[in-house]
Amino acid sequence: MSAPISAIREPLIYGNKTYHDITEDICAGTEKTPSRAWVLAFIAAVTFLTIYVFCVTWTVWQGIGTWNLNRTIGWGWDITNFVWWVGIGHAGTLISAILLLFRQKWRTGVNRAAEAMTIFAVICAGQFPILHMGRVWLAFFIFPYPNTRGPLWVNFNSPLLWDVFAISTYFTVSLLFWYTGLVPDFATVRDRAKGFRRWMYNGLAFGWTGSAKHWQRWESLSLILAGLSTPLVLSVHTIVSFDFATSVIPGWHTTIFPPYFVAGAIFSGFAMVQTLMLITRKVLNLQQYITLEHIESMNRVILVTGTIVGVAYLTELFIAWYSGYQYEQFAFANRVFGPYWWSYVGMMSCNVLSPQFFWFKSLRRNVAFTFGMSIFVNIGMWFERFVIIATTLARDYLPSSWSYYSATWVEVGLFVGTLGLFSTLFLIFTRLAPVVAIAEVKSILKTAGDQYVGPEVARKHAAEHGHAVAAHGHDDHGHDDHGSH
Amino acid sequence: MRTFNKDVLYGLYNDEEQLLTAVRQARAAHLEIMDVFSPFPVHGLDNALGLEESRLHMAGFVYGLIGTLTAFLGMTWVFTSDWPIIFGGKPYFAAPAFIPVTFELTVLFASIGMVVTFYTICGMGPGIVNPTLDDRITDDKFCIAFDVSAAETSQVEKLTSFLEASGAEGVQTKHI
Repeated sequence: MSAPISAIREPLIYGNKTYHDITEDICAGTEKTPSRAWVLAFIAAVTFLTIYVFCVTWTVWQGIGTWNLNRTIGWGWDITNFVWWVGIGHAGTLISAILLLFRQKWRTGVNRAAEAMTIFAVICAGQFPILHMGRVWLAFFIFPYPNTRGPLWVNFNSPLLWDVFAISTYFTVSLLFWYTGLVPDFATVRDRAKGFRRWMYNGLAFGWTGSAKHWQRWESLSLILAGLSTPLVLSVHTIVSFDFATSVIPGWHTTIFPPYFVAGAIFSGFAMVQTLMLITRKVLNLQQYITLEHIESMNRVILVTGTIVGVAYLTELFIAWYSGYQYEQFAFANRVFGPYWWSYVGMMSCNVLSPQFFWFKSLRRNVAFTFGMSIFVNIGMWFERFVIIATTLARDYLPSSWSYYSATWVEVGLFVGTLGLFSTLFLIFTRLAPVVAIAEVKSILKTAGDQYVGPEVARKHAAEHGHAVAAHGHDDHGHDDHGSH
Repeated sequence: MRTFNKDVLYGLYNDEEQLLTAVRQARAAHLEIMDVFSPFPVHGLDNALGLEESRLHMAGFVYGLIGTLTAFLGMTWVFTSDWPIIFGGKPYFAAPAFIPVTFELTVLFASIGMVVTFYTICGMGPGIVNPTLDDRITDDKFCIAFDVSAAETSQVEKLTSFLEASGAEGVQTKHI
C-alpha cells in the first residue's frame, strides 16, 4: 500500500476500518431500533416542543401584549433569541464550506451533523422575527411582491429587510448544500434497505448511481457552493449586526459590530456543535469517527474566536473611554454597573474567561470538560446578545424614557420551546439520515485511517524498512494522490 | 424506474487502486468504457477516464449574474422610477444600500440554479429512480461497465477477459 505515511498527524478514523465497516457503523444509526437514550431524549424534546406550540399559539392569539416589551425596550428576548439561533447556525456552514476550501480533512467527521444543526437553528431563528411582528398572518408583506397598494414596495435600504433576504438565502443555500451532500449517503442507505424503507430512501436519494461523471459534478458543485457559502455566512451575520450598527444609539452605533458578531457566531456555533457531537458520538457509538482530534480542532476554533470576542469587548470599553463621548461612556458604565450588571458578568465570565482554559492541551482533549464548556459558552453568548439589546435599549439618551424589562412566562416558554423544536428536529435527523458523511469519510480513509497514518504506523514502517522515523511525511512511492481534500 | 434499454457488461473491484489501474489499462487498449461507479469520489479517476472538466461553474456564474442584475436593476427602478421615497435623507439611487440585497440574490440565484442544473444534467431528481448495477457499489465495491448492446460475441468475450484479468469479480451482463 503506497499511501503517504505521516509521523506527526493523528489518525482521523480509528479501529482499522474498511469501507464496508464505515458503511455498517454509520448506517446503524438509521437501521437499528432507537436506543433508550434516544427515546428518552425524544420524549423530553417533544415535551418542550409542546410548550413551544402552546406559547406560539398564545402569542399569536392574544398578541404581543403577552410579552413585556414596552416603548423604550422594543426588542427583548425575541431578538436576543433570533440572533442567538442564527449565530449557532453559522458554525455548520463554516465547517462544511470554509473547512472544505481549506482542505481540512477532519471536517468529514462532523460536517453532516453540523449542517443539519444549521438548518434547524435557522428554522428556530426565523420564528422570532415573524412572531414579533404581531400580525403574523401578514408576514408575507416583508417580501417585495407586486401588489395593488401602489404597488407598495419594501424598504430595500433597511437592514431589517436585508435580514429578510439574508436569512432566506442562508436557509435555502444551507439546505441545498446539506442535501447535495446527503444524496450519495441516502443512496448508500437505500441500497441496504428493504420494503418501505427502500421506497423511502429511493425517493430521498434522487436516483444516485455513483457514476464517475456524477461524482465529478458533485465535487465541483460542493466546491462552488462552499465558495458561495463562505461569503454568505460572513454577510448574513454582518447584516444581522447591521440591525444594531446602523442605528444611532450609543453601544449600538459602532463599526466593530460586523466582525464582532461574526466571530461570536462562529464561537457559539462551534460550542453547540461540540454539545451535539459529544452526545451523538456516545449514543450512536461513533467515537472512532468523531475522534479526540475532531474535538480538539473544534476547541481550538472556540479558543480563537472566543479570544477575538474578548478582544472586541475590551476594544469597545477602550473606545468608549478614549472617545471622550459621554453617552458612549455611560452606555458601557451602565452595562457594567447598571440594573443588568448580572447579565454583563455572565457574558464576560462565560465568554472571555472560560475559553482561555483551552490553551491547555489536556483540557482541549477532555470530553467532560469540553461538554461543560460548550454549555457555558452558549449561555454566555445568549447573555451577550441580551446585554447588547436589552441593556442598551433600557437606557439611551433621554433619562425620562429609561425603563426596565424582564421577560414574561410566554417569552421564556418560547425560548425553551425553540430548544424543544431544535432537539426534536435533530433527533429525527439522527434516525432518518446518516449523521456522519459516509462517502466523504471513505474518501479520507486511506490518508487518515489509523492503519495508514499516525505515529504508530510511522514507527512500524520505519522499523520494517530499517531507517529512522522522518520528521515529516515521505515514502510516497510515486502515488499521485496529492492535494486531496 | 428509468430504463436506458442497454445491455451492460460489468465487473466489481474491491479497491480503488485496482480500479484506477484497470481503467488506465482499458484506455491504453482503446476499450470504450461506458461508465465507472464508486462509493466515493476517487481522485485521479477523472484524469484516468479522460473526463472533461464540468462546466457547472460557468452555469453558476451566469445564474449569479442574473441574480445581481435582477436585484440591482430592480431596486434601482423601484426607488428611482416606480415609487421614489426619501429614506433617512438618503438619495433615491442609494447604491451602497442596495449592495446587501444584491449580494444575497446573487448567491441565491447561483445556488438554486446550479443545484437544479446539476440534478437535471445528471438525470436525477425527486422521485427519479435510476437503475443500479449492484447494491454494493454504494458500499465498498468499484465498478467498470461496458455497453455491449450492439457488440458481437467476440467483443463481449474480449471485454470479459479484460475485466477478469484486471481483477474484477462477478463479471456479468445486465439489461438496464
